[in-house]
Amino acid sequence: MTVNGQEVTADVEPRTLLVHFIRENLHLTGTHVGCETGYCGACTIHLDGKPVKSCTMLAVQADGAEIATIEGLADDGALHPVQEGFWERHGLQCGFCTPGMIMSAAALLAENDNPSEDEIRHGIEGNLCRCTGYHNIVRAVEYAGSKMRGEEPAAPDWEGAS
Amino acid sequence: MATTSVMGGDVRRREDPALIKGRGVYVDDLQPTGLLHVAFSRAPVGRAKIKSVDTSAASSMPGVVAVFTHDDVAELGPLVAQVPIGKLRPLLAAGEVNHVGEAIAMVVAENRYQAQDAADAIDVDYDILPAVIDLKEAKSDATKVHDELDSNVIHTWTYHGYWAALGLEDQTPQVDAAMERDDAVIVSIEMTNQRLIPVAIEPRSVMVEYNSGYERFTVHSATQVPHALAGAIATMFGMSPSDVRAIAPEVGGGFGAKLNVYNDEILAAFAAKKLGRPVKWTETRREAAGATIHGRGWIGTATLVGTKDGQFLGYKLEAIADMGAYSQNFTVAIPLLGLWVASGQYKMPVSWTVDCVVTNTMTTDAYRGAGRPEAIYYLERIIDAFAREIGMDPIEVRRKNFWQKDEFPATMGCGFSLDSGDYEAAIDKLIEVSGYEDLIRRRDEARAEGRQVGIGIGSYVEVCGFGPAVLAEIGFSWSNYGLPASFNGSGLVRVNPDASVTVVIGTGPTGQGHETTWAQIISDRLGIPWENVRVRHGDTQEHPMGIGTFGSRSISVDGAATYNAAEEIKVKAAKIAAHLLEAAPEDIVFEDGAAHVAGSPERSIEWTAIAKSAYQAHTLPEGVESGLEAHTAFSPGNATWPFGTHLALVEVDADTGDVEILEYYAVDDCGNRVNPMIVDGQIHGGITQGIGQALFEGAVYDSSGNLLTSSLLDYPLPTAADLPSFQLSHTVTPTDVNPMGVKGIGEAGTIGSAHTIVNAVVDALSPLGVKHIDMPLRPKRVWAAIQEASN
Repeated sequence: MTVNGQEVTADVEPRTLLVHFIRENLHLTGTHVGCETGYCGACTIHLDGKPVKSCTMLAVQADGAEIATIEGLADDGALHPVQEGFWERHGLQCGFCTPGMIMSAAALLAENDNPSEDEIRHGIEGNLCRCTGYHNIVRAVEYAGSKMRGEEPAAPDWEGAS
Repeated sequence: MATTSVMGGDVRRREDPALIKGRGVYVDDLQPTGLLHVAFSRAPVGRAKIKSVDTSAASSMPGVVAVFTHDDVAELGPLVAQVPIGKLRPLLAAGEVNHVGEAIAMVVAENRYQAQDAADAIDVDYDILPAVIDLKEAKSDATKVHDELDSNVIHTWTYHGYWAALGLEDQTPQVDAAMERDDAVIVSIEMTNQRLIPVAIEPRSVMVEYNSGYERFTVHSATQVPHALAGAIATMFGMSPSDVRAIAPEVGGGFGAKLNVYNDEILAAFAAKKLGRPVKWTETRREAAGATIHGRGWIGTATLVGTKDGQFLGYKLEAIADMGAYSQNFTVAIPLLGLWVASGQYKMPVSWTVDCVVTNTMTTDAYRGAGRPEAIYYLERIIDAFAREIGMDPIEVRRKNFWQKDEFPATMGCGFSLDSGDYEAAIDKLIEVSGYEDLIRRRDEARAEGRQVGIGIGSYVEVCGFGPAVLAEIGFSWSNYGLPASFNGSGLVRVNPDASVTVVIGTGPTGQGHETTWAQIISDRLGIPWENVRVRHGDTQEHPMGIGTFGSRSISVDGAATYNAAEEIKVKAAKIAAHLLEAAPEDIVFEDGAAHVAGSPERSIEWTAIAKSAYQAHTLPEGVESGLEAHTAFSPGNATWPFGTHLALVEVDADTGDVEILEYYAVDDCGNRVNPMIVDGQIHGGITQGIGQALFEGAVYDSSGNLLTSSLLDYPLPTAADLPSFQLSHTVTPTDVNPMGVKGIGEAGTIGSAHTIVNAVVDALSPLGVKHIDMPLRPKRVWAAIQEASN
C-alpha cells in the first residue's frame, strides 16, 4: 500500500487491524484507537480519498490502497486549512479525537467547501468528541471552508477575540 | 498566527501544533524495546463465588510470558482508598466477584492479540449468587452484598452531621415545621439521577518499566494524578516515592475517571518488576465501560415547601446513592461535595440525607461535577415544579430567594461560606442575552399552533478549588498514598540564565490548556514575553509536589501558587536589578521585559541581564545567593463558589418523543478569566456532558448484574448533529480567596445544564399534563410519558 505518499510493504497476520498496522508497524501514532468498534471515529484515515475508520478494517483489506493519515495532511510543513482552523478556533482540547475529526472534516470539505452548519454537524457526526461540545469544531470547519474558498473567516465568538 | 497577549487575552493554545499534526504522545503510543502486553480475564457475572480458576491452557498459548492470579499478588494487599469506608477491591479476585468486569487473572504476552487470546482461554468456574442492583432493595438489606459488612448502607451523610466538629444545627425541624404551616405549598417528586459512564475518548493506559539495578519504576499513565500514582505504587511496594517516576504525557480526557489510581496500574508495575521487561496495558472500550469508575447513580425524593407568593420555607432531600461494590478513591465522599451546594443560590433551611449503599456494580467516584450535578439537579427540578405549582415565572421565583449581593461571604447551614456572588446580575444578564420576553412569546405562539415548545431555566452554585487544608480532615487528601495531608497548590518558577522561564506545576491538563494559561499568568507577572515561558507538568521527577487536576481546582489553587512564586522571584530580581543599576530594590519596577527605576525609565536593565547576573557570583549583590527560582505552596482559606444560570429552548415531537434543543444560553461567573477562549471551551464541553445525561446517557445493569451498556452503541454520547451552537455570556464576580480572583470553570457547565434541559422538556409537555420524566429523556421514555399523561 501507499501511506502518506510512501510505498509500504509488510507481511502481517491476517487478523491484524489496519489501525494497529499503522500505529505499531509504521509507527504513525497520530491515528488513535478509542473504541475498537467504529463508533468514535478517532481512527479515521483516508483510504483512496475516502474517510474510513481503520479499527474496523483489516490491514490486508487495504492491500494496494492509497492511505493518508494525519501525519501526511500538512503539505510540506504548511498546515492544511482544517488543521489551521482547529488551532485558530480552539477546535480541540485533549486532542485525542482530533486527528480523526480533522480527517473527517477534510474529507467533508473536499466534497463541499461551503457546507451549512447543519451539513457540518451531520458530516462529522461519526466522530465523537467528549471535550468541546462540538461548538468550536464547527467554527473550525467553517474557518477552513472560508480559507479554502479564499474568503476571510468570520471572527471568533469568544470575548476579546481578534 | 499565535498571538502574544497575556492575562485575559486572545491567545491561541500552546498545546495545539503537536496535537493537530498527530504528534502528541499518549501512553498507548509508547513502544519501548522488549515491551510486553497485558490483558485481563474479567468476571462476566455480577456476583458469584469462584470455585476454580484454570489458567493451564492460557499459560501454554503462543506468546504468553506469564499468567497471574490472586495468590501471586496477595502479598501486596489491596490498594487503599482515601476515604476508607466500605470494602476494598482485591488486586485480583479473591474467591469471589462482586461486579461484572472485576479482574480475575492477568495475562502478560508478547503482543496484545496473544494476551487477549490467552485471557479468553482462562476457565473460571462460578457458583452464581443473586446480585443486588436496585438501590431501594440494597438499602433494605434483604440481600447483603458483602457478608463482612453490617449493612449495605455503608455511610449516611446529613446536612448538619457530616462533620461533627462543626457542631451544626439540624435544620430538619425548621423544614418540618414549615410544612405544617397553613399557607404552606409543598411540592415533592421522586427522581432518579442515573448512573453514568465517563467515556474519555482516550481509553486508560499504563506502561511501566522497572530498572532492577537502580530499583526504580518509571510509569507512564493516562492519569489526572501522577503524584498520587507514584505515592500509591511506592506505598504498595514499600519504596520511596522518589524511586517511582510517574509521568502523565498527553492525556486524552479525564472527567474524573482518571483521577483514581487503579488496580491495573499496580498490577502492571508488579508484572514489570517480576518479569524484568516493560509492560503495557490499554483498556478496551468494554473494559472502560465496566471497570473504570462510574458517576452519579442516585434515587431520591426532593421536597420544597414555600408560600404561594414564592417564598421558600425549606428544602428536604432524602436520597440513596450507589457506591458500587467496592470503595476506591473518594467514593463515599462524593455525595459530600453535593451536600455543600445543597441549597444552591438560595437562602433557606435545608434537611438533606443521603444513604450510601453498596451494590453489585462498578464503583462510583468523581465524574465531572461529582455530587454537585446530582444535588443541583434535585434542587433545581423541584424549584421548577414549585414555580409551576404556584403559577409563578421560574426566574421570578428564583430571584425572590437568592442570597443578596451584600450578604457575601454568606454562611450556609452546612457550615461553609459562599465566597462571593451576584446571582441577580447573572439572571438579569440571561434575561437580556436570551431575549427572555421574546422567547416566551415565541413559545406561546408555537403552543397555539399545537407544537410542544418549552423554556427551561436552571441555576447553580458549584464548590470547587479544592485546596483548603480543612478538607484533609474529612478524607480529601492523598495521605493514604503517603503524600502530605493537604490539597494545597504548588508552583515552581525558574528564570533561566537566558531569561527564558520554566514553570513546573503540580496539576496537568487533560485538555484544559494549562501550558497556555500558565504561560499567560507568568508572562503577565514578570513582564517576560509569553513565548519565552515554558510550562511543564505531569512528571513527578520534575516537581516535588502535585495534587492533580480535578474539582476545577487547577487555576484557583495551583495557579495561585505559581502566581505567588512569580512574585517571590520579582523580589529577588529587584535586588539584583537594583545592584546593577545602583538603586534601591524598593524603587525597581518591572515593565515590558525590563526592570527600571521608578520615575527614571532611562535607568533600565533587561531581564536577560538580570537573569544572567543571577547565575554569576561576581555580579550578585552581597548576601544574595545564586539562582532565580521560587517554589511556593498555596492553601486558600475557602473553596471557590462559581455560579450561573442557563436557559434552554426545546421542542418535543409528540408523535415520536424526540427532543430537539433549539437554543441554549448560558451565563456563567467564574470570577476573573485568564483565557476567555479556553473558559468558553470548558463551558461548551461541560454543557454537552450535562445534555448527555439529560437526553442520552445512562449505565444500565440488569437484575443479575449484567452491564447492558458496555459499548458506545448501547451508551450513546451526544454527537455534533444532536446539538445547537451555544450562546455564552458571563458576569465577573472575583473571589478574594486567591490573589488572582479566579474560581474555576471545568465543571460548571455540567452542573448547570442537565436540569435546564429537563425543565425545558417538562415545560414543553406541561400543557399535556406531564410533570416529570426521569433522565435520560430518550424518545421512547418521553413518548411513554406523553401517553401516560394523556390517558
